[in-house]
Amino acid sequence: MFNFNVEKKSNSDIFDQVKKWDLLIIGGGPAGLNAGLYAKRKGLVVGIIAKEIGGQLHNTTTVDNYLGFNMIEGKDLSNTFLDHINQLDVPILSGTNVKAITNIKPDFQIETENGKKLISKTVLMATGGMPRKLGIPGEDKFANKGITYCATCDAPFFKDKEVIVAGGGNSAVEGVLDLVPWAKKITLVHRSQFRADEILLKKLETIDKLTIHLQTQILAILGDELVTGIQVLNKKTNKKHIINTDGLLIEIGTVPNSYLIKDLVKTNQKDEVIVDNNQMTSLLGMFASGDITEQPFKQIIIATAEGAKAALAVNQYLNQNYKGE
Amino acid sequence: MAKLLNEDATKQIKEVLQGMVNKVTMIVFTKKGKCNTCKETKQLLQEVKPLNDKINVLEKDLEDDLDEAKKYNVTLAPTIIILDKDDKYQGLKFTGIPAGHEINSFLSAILTMSGKNIEIDDKTIEKIKNIDKAVDIKVFITLSCPHCPGAVATSHALAYLNDNVEATMIEAQTFMDLAREYKVSGVPKIVINDKYEIVGNQPIDAYLKEIEKL
Ligand SMILES: Cc1cc2nc3c(=O)[nH]c(=O)nc-3n(C[C@H](O)[C@H](O)[C@H](O)COP(=O)(O)OP(=O)(O)OC[C@H]3O[C@@H](n4cnc5c(N)ncnc54)[C@H](O)[C@@H]3O)c2cc1C
Repeated sequence: MFNFNVEKKSNSDIFDQVKKWDLLIIGGGPAGLNAGLYAKRKGLVVGIIAKEIGGQLHNTTTVDNYLGFNMIEGKDLSNTFLDHINQLDVPILSGTNVKAITNIKPDFQIETENGKKLISKTVLMATGGMPRKLGIPGEDKFANKGITYCATCDAPFFKDKEVIVAGGGNSAVEGVLDLVPWAKKITLVHRSQFRADEILLKKLETIDKLTIHLQTQILAILGDELVTGIQVLNKKTNKKHIINTDGLLIEIGTVPNSYLIKDLVKTNQKDEVIVDNNQMTSLLGMFASGDITEQPFKQIIIATAEGAKAALAVNQYLNQNYKGE
Repeated sequence: MAKLLNEDATKQIKEVLQGMVNKVTMIVFTKKGKCNTCKETKQLLQEVKPLNDKINVLEKDLEDDLDEAKKYNVTLAPTIIILDKDDKYQGLKFTGIPAGHEINSFLSAILTMSGKNIEIDDKTIEKIKNIDKAVDIKVFITLSCPHCPGAVATSHALAYLNDNVEATMIEAQTFMDLAREYKVSGVPKIVINDKYEIVGNQPIDAYLKEIEKL
């Protein structure tokens, strides 16, 4: 019933011992973990630094589109990944953020929030994304006062309450499904048409307490001390109206965690990192994989694949193009 | 009674606890009558205890052992506090069961209280040591929140490094009324001296910034 989820720690003492790494991977989500696996198998001196192992996998209740698993909980998939790379003894420094990356040509210096300074020949940015905000009035004011971006974390607070889910992609639909055991009434609001998979949308058909408003844009979040409603624009009728609610789950995708390297590499308008066919960024020796890149389909299997690609490309770069010692 | 920890979890917890340096004593306060998760919390400690011989567990009753409860500022049940090898309380507290993801902050608190080095840079440690006001940190969590153990561990590090700081994990589902009182609708939510709030698993500097305002 309590579902104990022990995070398996790997030995992190080695981060005080290695003078120069071949590859340091920033991020311990699907992209970073798989890159660690591939790099280690190539014999590289590789380490992973991650604030939270598993990344967005932990925000996902069930994953049913990762090849080989019909249906698996996000955290179980994360543990399965971690088990695999622990078998190869890939060192992981978890629980801390990287706070700065400097290019000391041809190498990189990486500084962590807990005071470590590490040198590496190459860096893989696999820092994924964080929840995208609606960017409308009331959103900051009511952050955590009725607004949530994590259904798995916060669903219990909506017990017997009315909740609105903003978004029309897979994660919004999964958010609705996460809320079903708790909420009294659920309203899904999305500014255009559904983008979610057909197979997920089918699951919505049987939920009696769900109302769906498509072509409806949220204009403002209303409330006093806590959220009490949202103001929306019905795009079909061009009329504004208010929908009352106790809470709002926002699931409208992610923004890339590229803030550490924005001044170092080329990014697109959405701040996503631009990479070449080998996952290399515009900066020699710096690679990027997963949700941080401009690749449009933010999925686990794509992130893991990009992680593998980057690790293999790093190996090639170190053998053929690396100019240092 | 069925075990709380399955074979896998037991093995992993045992492995983590191998990092313990000195002995610790955990005191669990429960109460008679209706007490949501009291039984399970006691059971959790009983299942963790045999996994390392440096762990000692005491069971107390919130009413029968009132003096003891007062000494450690315990008012809700279940609550776990952890004492170091000299039976000193450093302000690390869990109100509600540290199960689900939160088992990780529980294990990290045991390791810390056993004397395992906390990985914080010297400059920040200096800043923490200089806190000279009484600081009460409440960290509201749910057991399904992956970002919460980090926030609890950060608060506990502050408490461990400075006697003026007390940090309590509060499991919001069991203590929903308290959570409502503090208007919690998203976790982790950190409340400092009932006055300042931090949302999310933030770096320790974010805590120090709020504490400076006190
Ligand atoms: C609710 C939800 C449901 C989803 N459902 C599915 C699904 O069913 N199927 C599917 O295929 N995909 C799903 N996705 C998408 C999928 O989770 C992502 O595409 C995938 O996790 C991206 O992996 P990543 O490794 O690129 O990044 P992330 O998973 O975002 O991991 C990023 C990592 O970087 C770390 N990090 C970030 N900044 C720093 C820093 N400064 N220093 C150190 N570490 C840092 C994080 O702690 C984390 O370890 C879902 C997403 C959400 C939010």
